[in-house]
Amino acid sequence: MSINYSERIPNNVDLASNRTLQRALEHWQPAYLDWWNEMGPEKTQSAEVYLRTAISVEPKGWAHFDYVKMPDYRWGIFLTPRDENRTISFGAHKGEPVWQEVPGEYRSTLRRIIVTQGDTEPASVEQQRHLGLTCPSLYDMRNLFQVNVEEGRHLWAMVYLLHAHFGRDGREEGEALLERRSGDADNPRILTAFNEKTPDWLSFFMFTFITDRDGKFQLAALAESAFDPLSRTCRFMLTEEAHHMFVGESGVARIIQRTCELMAQHKTDDPAKIRALGAIDLPTLQRYLNFHFSVTSDLYGNEISSNAATFYTNGLKGRFDETKIADDHSLQGSEYPVLDVVGDRVVGRHAPALSTLNERLRDDWVADVAAGVARWNRVPEKHGIPFRFTLPHKGFHRRIGLFAEYHVSPQGELMSEADWTHRHGEWLPTAEDRAFVHSLMGRVAEPGKFANWIAPPSVGINKQPVNFEYVRFS
Amino acid sequence: MTTQGEGTELVRQHLIDPEICIRCNTCEEMCPIDAITHDGRNYVVKFDVCDWCNDCIAPCPTGAIDNFRTVAKERPFTLQDQYGWDTLPPAGELEVETPAELPEDVARITQVATAGQGGTARPPWSAAHPYVNLHTLARPAIATVAGNYRLTAEDASSDIRHIVLDFGTTAFPVLEGQSIGILPPGTDAAGKPHHLRLYSVASPRNGERPGYNNLSLTVKRVDEDHEGAPVRGVCSNYLCDLGKGEKVQVVGPYGTTFLMPNHPGSSILMVCTGTGSAPMRAMTERRRRRMALREGGELMLFFGARAPGELPYFGPLMRLPKELIDINFAFSRVPDKPKRYVQDLIRERSDAVARLLRDENSYVYICGLKGMERGVDEALRDVCRAHAMDWDALLPALREQGRYHVETY
Repeated sequence: MSINYSERIPNNVDLASNRTLQRALEHWQPAYLDWWNEMGPEKTQSAEVYLRTAISVEPKGWAHFDYVKMPDYRWGIFLTPRDENRTISFGAHKGEPVWQEVPGEYRSTLRRIIVTQGDTEPASVEQQRHLGLTCPSLYDMRNLFQVNVEEGRHLWAMVYLLHAHFGRDGREEGEALLERRSGDADNPRILTAFNEKTPDWLSFFMFTFITDRDGKFQLAALAESAFDPLSRTCRFMLTEEAHHMFVGESGVARIIQRTCELMAQHKTDDPAKIRALGAIDLPTLQRYLNFHFSVTSDLYGNEISSNAATFYTNGLKGRFDETKIADDHSLQGSEYPVLDVVGDRVVGRHAPALSTLNERLRDDWVADVAAGVARWNRVPEKHGIPFRFTLPHKGFHRRIGLFAEYHVSPQGELMSEADWTHRHGEWLPTAEDRAFVHSLMGRVAEPGKFANWIAPPSVGINKQPVNFEYVRFS
Repeated sequence: MTTQGEGTELVRQHLIDPEICIRCNTCEEMCPIDAITHDGRNYVVKFDVCDWCNDCIAPCPTGAIDNFRTVAKERPFTLQDQYGWDTLPPAGELEVETPAELPEDVARITQVATAGQGGTARPPWSAAHPYVNLHTLARPAIATVAGNYRLTAEDASSDIRHIVLDFGTTAFPVLEGQSIGILPPGTDAAGKPHHLRLYSVASPRNGERPGYNNLSLTVKRVDEDHEGAPVRGVCSNYLCDLGKGEKVQVVGPYGTTFLMPNHPGSSILMVCTGTGSAPMRAMTERRRRRMALREGGELMLFFGARAPGELPYFGPLMRLPKELIDINFAFSRVPDKPKRYVQDLIRERSDAVARLLRDENSYVYICGLKGMERGVDEALRDVCRAHAMDWDALLPALREQGRYHVETY
């Protein structure tokens, strides 16, 4: 079904046939635009950005490129087309037809799941709103804004579900999503990682590489949901999420590339010399990686979780690639390995698979992050530089779950409070690291020009050349 | 094709660039017939399943999906081959990239240059297939200056140079009549990178020196504008000052219609001024190198300049055998002689020109300053009138048959 652009809210859900819902969303839309204008990208609202807009959910239609002023971006509601024969693929309701409406007994749980997911979308726009002022190139600025408008659209997707299926409660939640603010002491965003600052472009690339990848796995798990509108919404969001991870993965890879070029050219691996050359030394990149990896790891919650078990058994949230896993899809009686602390050692043990679903999703995410890090490592390898990036131990620098009360080194050794205090600066970005990275952040906004600390991309967006004018300023 | 052996059927194989792919799974999700799969390392395309529906192309966030290689049908890259790659295998000579569009500068310049044609141009039916846009603004080729010689006399008012660029091991195949883009280094007054400049290739397809990977350009140092006001041409001065061994950023090649016919017996009527002689030199040299094949057909050249010393390639042209080419020089500033322009000579040679216009195996090429267009058009009209032909009817027919080509600047 194509998207009806003649309506105020572009959609492929036949919004016009449900006047109550349409009016509710039309009421929410100006509030959303107010939020965007207040909390969206700073001082660039009048710039024309070469953006991708979905014009239909068909494979050939949803990547339409043109110059758009961000406030004029057509945020809308797009769901992957409905599969009439889809049945529930896991849990106690396995084999039954999927639900088009929310069953009463799961109403509050599903609402909480959707609100939590929805809250991350505007949060990341808020976290990133200053970055346009320090972009390393027009190409990167365009990518930032593409990420931002699509996070905005993901908020729309979640608000649609709240309005369409959760009545008055849902409408109130929709308003609250526009009222919370990332990092606000009184009314913060729900999840801790989304109240952290994204102060510089290295943090932004790490965030999109690592934290948006959490988004991918959460959306993928929700795409398995028995609640069909949620499933179809998440499926379409996943296609957009891929671009965000591309921005992060290629962004960091280009920083590594630039650093390695300078290391090879000047025959040095001395971080001080690299910094003097205006690039980010590899150990600093590793510390940023450690930070973002550990903070994002917390988003998966407790290793052992009865909530996760209930969500699964009730058919609300599945595993990553649920339908591709060959088992009974009920997990009664099966086990899954988790970590535990016994005495002064981290050990492995088996726990009932149902209660370890958070950990399992985290593990799937870790494997995906690790594959990306392996691709980063091809860059120093190509330059003949022995440095390799590694992921820290799962227990490193955690605030949630089993490891919250311990200090664990990146290699997985338990540490005393004193040891940790003494050594954590080796593993996490120090105030000095952050100040140095911050000092590199100057705005480069001429077509084809790139800041000194980052290499140009190997290909442009939509086959445009790298020196294409991706953002036009009036 | 010879590398694949006789009788081998060549087909395109859809491949994913493992260097750019981020393993987001979007393509696999999108594919309606499960032609895409992956292992712990790479995403790959099943050759025997993919039917080129292209559903995966637009959703790919990286562009990694948009790749192919030409392979023998019975010997495609296997999934095992693809799983083992860190990078795509190098593109063979059969892969012509088809980028989204030509650089804006190229489209704009081409539109102006071919306006005199008065309609959509077609290449001659026997033109060779041109490669275009192999090297983009994002990834220009780097050429080395192999020579830089002044073509005009020391006392001539213009400094026109013959510049030879060598591409080393970089593929940069060109045909006579095609152009290449030069990216001058540095930025303009506004701090933006300079626009690219287009130059017609002055050497034949097999190189300025046969069998070498080089080509030549005919570049006039620009020191005044069309009205004669002093102005320093950024790119022409950059090129004219280049020394042997210096590196140049080159994009292209460009041009798909201003191409020479290749069939035996085809004739070429060339009208040019100044550096508009570059493509004429390329075509003439191509024919000269093939003289021994006795393929037939005539070459006729009308070449205008102020004086013999101002005329690029005057010496070499004078040495060409008469049976190869019929040369007609028009000089407008020779002391004590009346001013003569190319259109005057076309009228003088009316019989020969009319014979060529009537011959469906003859092709007309006009290249030079914009100002010559009108005069040449009127001269050809006069030739037609004198020989009971209708120019207004003939011109569209010539265009339709790919027999009339104009490039002016």
